[in-house]
Amino acid sequence: MAENTYRVPPREGPDFQAPSAPRKGRFEMAWEQLKDNKLALLGMAIFGIFFIVALAGLLLTSGTDPVLDPALIRLQEKLLPPLSKPHLEALTPEEVPELGIYLFGTDNLGRDVFARMLQGAWVSLTVGFVAVGLAVIIGIFLGGVAGYFGEKNIRRDQVGAAVVFLAGWVFLGASWFASGWAMIGLGLLYLVLASPLIHRRVLEKKGRPSGAAGLALGNALTMDTLIMRFVDVMLCFPSFFLILTVVALLPASIYNIMIVIGLTSWMGSARFVRAEFLSLREQDFVTAARALGVSDWRIIFRHMIPNAVAPVLVSATIGIATAILTEAGLSFLGFGVPPPHATWGNILSDGKSYIFDAPWLTFLPGTAILIVVLSFNLFGEGLRDVLNPKLRER
Amino acid sequence: MLSFMGRSVVQKIVTLFFVSVLSFLIIHLAPGEPSQADPLNPKFTPEMVERFRKAFHLDKPLHIQYLYFYKNLFTGNLASWKDNQPVLPKIWERFLNSLPLFIVGTLITWTLSFPVGIRSAIRRGGAYDRTTTFLSYLLISIPGFFFAYILIILVVNSLHVPVIGMETFGMSGASFIRMIMDRVWHLLLPSVLAATGGIAILSRYVRSQMLEVEGQDYVRTARAKGLPAEQVHYKHALRNALLPFVTMFGLILPGLIGGSVIIESIFSWPGMGRMAYEAILARDYPIILTVNFISAVLVLAGTFVSDVLYMVVDPRIRL
Amino acid sequence: MTRESLNGKLISVRDLHVEFRGRHFTARALEGVGYDVGTGETVCLVGESGCGKTVSALSILGLLPSPPAFVTGGEILFKGEDLLPKDEGEFQAVRGNQISMIFQEPMTSLNPVFTIGDQIKEAILAHEEISDRELEARCVSLLKDVGIPSPKDRMRDYPHQLSGGQRQRAMIAMALACNPDLIIADEPTTALDVTVQVQILKLFQKIQKERALSILYITHDLGVVAQIADRIFVMYAGIIAEQGSAREIFHSPRHPYTMGLLASLPARTRRGQRLYSVPGAVPDPSNKPPGCPFHPRCNFTQESCARNFPGVCDWGDGHLARCPVLYKNPELIP
Repeated sequence: MAENTYRVPPREGPDFQAPSAPRKGRFEMAWEQLKDNKLALLGMAIFGIFFIVALAGLLLTSGTDPVLDPALIRLQEKLLPPLSKPHLEALTPEEVPELGIYLFGTDNLGRDVFARMLQGAWVSLTVGFVAVGLAVIIGIFLGGVAGYFGEKNIRRDQVGAAVVFLAGWVFLGASWFASGWAMIGLGLLYLVLASPLIHRRVLEKKGRPSGAAGLALGNALTMDTLIMRFVDVMLCFPSFFLILTVVALLPASIYNIMIVIGLTSWMGSARFVRAEFLSLREQDFVTAARALGVSDWRIIFRHMIPNAVAPVLVSATIGIATAILTEAGLSFLGFGVPPPHATWGNILSDGKSYIFDAPWLTFLPGTAILIVVLSFNLFGEGLRDVLNPKLRER
Repeated sequence: MLSFMGRSVVQKIVTLFFVSVLSFLIIHLAPGEPSQADPLNPKFTPEMVERFRKAFHLDKPLHIQYLYFYKNLFTGNLASWKDNQPVLPKIWERFLNSLPLFIVGTLITWTLSFPVGIRSAIRRGGAYDRTTTFLSYLLISIPGFFFAYILIILVVNSLHVPVIGMETFGMSGASFIRMIMDRVWHLLLPSVLAATGGIAILSRYVRSQMLEVEGQDYVRTARAKGLPAEQVHYKHALRNALLPFVTMFGLILPGLIGGSVIIESIFSWPGMGRMAYEAILARDYPIILTVNFISAVLVLAGTFVSDVLYMVVDPRIRL
Repeated sequence: MTRESLNGKLISVRDLHVEFRGRHFTARALEGVGYDVGTGETVCLVGESGCGKTVSALSILGLLPSPPAFVTGGEILFKGEDLLPKDEGEFQAVRGNQISMIFQEPMTSLNPVFTIGDQIKEAILAHEEISDRELEARCVSLLKDVGIPSPKDRMRDYPHQLSGGQRQRAMIAMALACNPDLIIADEPTTALDVTVQVQILKLFQKIQKERALSILYITHDLGVVAQIADRIFVMYAGIIAEQGSAREIFHSPRHPYTMGLLASLPARTRRGQRLYSVPGAVPDPSNKPPGCPFHPRCNFTQESCARNFPGVCDWGDGHLARCPVLYKNPELIP
């Protein structure tokens, strides 16, 4: 008899167990599976640390007399390597660093890099979250409307009124206030008041009239087409280039950066949500809800969005990572948060001229960005595996 | 098929129109003026500013400006505001500089991503897979400029080759071979940099596509027929897994412009990315808008090519 | 239409144990499963979803993904040779060549980017050296055999251009390409319309008669079983509950599960009454009840059923059942 190398000895262990425990909720199961993915846990842990550091940084470095001063210039102490001791004889008492040593060294103006890194942490954190938060909200809204109300037709007169409305804003921008506000007002009034009236009195009762009026009241395009074309238009802009353009043209501020990144990265979420809604809409639980008379909005918020959220969550986590990288890139090019406020990107940018003399100015912020972004990416990928029904273990 | 293509082209032209309007609005509605037209700029006397404004129609309403701009663009008369040179030749020159960078980078990315991704998928969970996964995450997460400096330090210190710019000064007198080598050295680092990020992302995508296909029923049928492993993986699975990538191929086109502002800044490479960056700094509207327009054209053309390729490659889609 | 079972079985699965190992659980998919098919015979493997019938079929051809599946015991004798120790290369010589398998979903079991002609030719080329002309001719004749009209034209079609029934016929043609001795059909008609189902069954009967091959037909549909089976093996939760000739199983079932299955068939004589269904549900393979896996759902269960794994009881003439209770107390049989 040949040696049975192909046969594996049966595994010991529990197989006759008591009837299974009551089934776990969805989040519990997801959490269990997430725990198995060591890398994702690591990502979460690093994020937790980052959050605390950023918060601490905000508290320790803001205000007029901060605990750790990131803006204090000490030209006599410039370009000291990390862990070097301050030259006490050359400093006034206020200039001596709180910790007794320069933990991360000093930059070309003698500023404490440790304090600057702490200050920058908060920027990175908020830019990431706010920008992506904005993008996700816009994406879910537009994607949801396109997915759920996609077939609602928009009439030509409604399109006309909308154009007037938007043109009004353009006129405002060109400083033609009178005509601008007039157009905005007209467009709004038409859309909100006249249009539904027309729908009720004319279209429902008598159908479409003939002639020019009929032409004006005909269907122009569907809601879905409208939103998706808008997405297409936005996708034609190369994203970093667009962000750079807008940020360069607007006055530099952290809020502008967050808003711009948010306004230019919602397209992916919108597509995901729309796709999910399109497939969810056909499912029986939606039909059942409608048959029971549940209102559209309630169906969307209470039933469909929780189901559609999974891909959005994954892309949001990864989006935070991208937003942090984008902000760093913008700072590097000189368009980030204005000096003297520190961000990791501009520490790196300041340090690029001294790359051979003071490599820590490059390595410290670079590595910090790398670790934080990596943690988000790992967590995002872990989420993707957990939320993907195809890969579920049972 | 032709009617679909026709409809698609019309749709894209409409989209292009909206893109042009939107980009025009964004530029012109931003606060601040281009330096030459800024009345507060001390370098220009008020008369010069006035002349500038008249010459470039800045005093006219927005929609007239729009029409002037695009008329000039399409007739080739569009001039840059910085130095009054025609825009299109300037862009073309920079484009030729960016081209080798783009070609080499894309070549490296696409030729390396597939073997790496496929091998990772076939030996899922093995040492190769775990190593490449780890490296991919690392490369996706590292800020481009940081990685660039690491590479520069490494290469300059160990290999002692010049890396900044497109070529070393004073090279034009040297022999042909040395010139070529010099060019290659200068091209190498930025292309590798551009490629690594791309490889990280693309190979992961290849891997996940391959994994999904390997789980399909027809792969099981192929094995059940008694086909050898290479045929199962490389003929049956791969052919299906590659479908989405053929379509992605069309979308490389926009990358020509996307180029990288950052990489070109670091390496002082006089390419399109940098030109766009300098134009933004100088508020040189014609250049900004033209680059934007060209980029939109490339995106739409790329999408169109993708759709057509998809129809060619997938027998299930014959419109 | 009964046939005599022939001596000298073509393939014999004996005492097969297969488990699936996950990170937190072990599922014992097969616990000592055994069945056999003789030359020229049609054997039906019957059972509900999740009882392990497909797992046993896949292990015959070495198609179980391992991990997570592991064979922990038993042997599969084909023409006298044990298949389990074979490595991938050796299996390739068997697959498609001596044993062919047909799967459930013809929609997804054919590669969408190759024509069906290509896929059938590929099956032949994997095992034989043959000229192009002969290849073409053989492909056409195969398609004709399985009843596809205009085979020369259909050969150049892609799978999505054929109907479900035609796709399954193409799969059958592919399976027959190298004249195998055994065809394993895993629920080939479950995904098809009832009318198409009848045609496919007739096709199976025809090719069996013409080519004298053996068929292992896996299904959960007793109606199908009644039409084509010579012998039947009833599976439940990883064990063979009962086996015997078709006549014996249908007329005198000796295992409570088989009885339950037969009782739940809608029969004309019981018109107007509620359909019977076996109470309870199939157990989770990683969490089977102790003793007899069927005992929680059984009408005849006794105390010993929860403690002792049921042994095989011989009712004569090749009719075996794993129910000692009914064997010892035959008066309980309705």
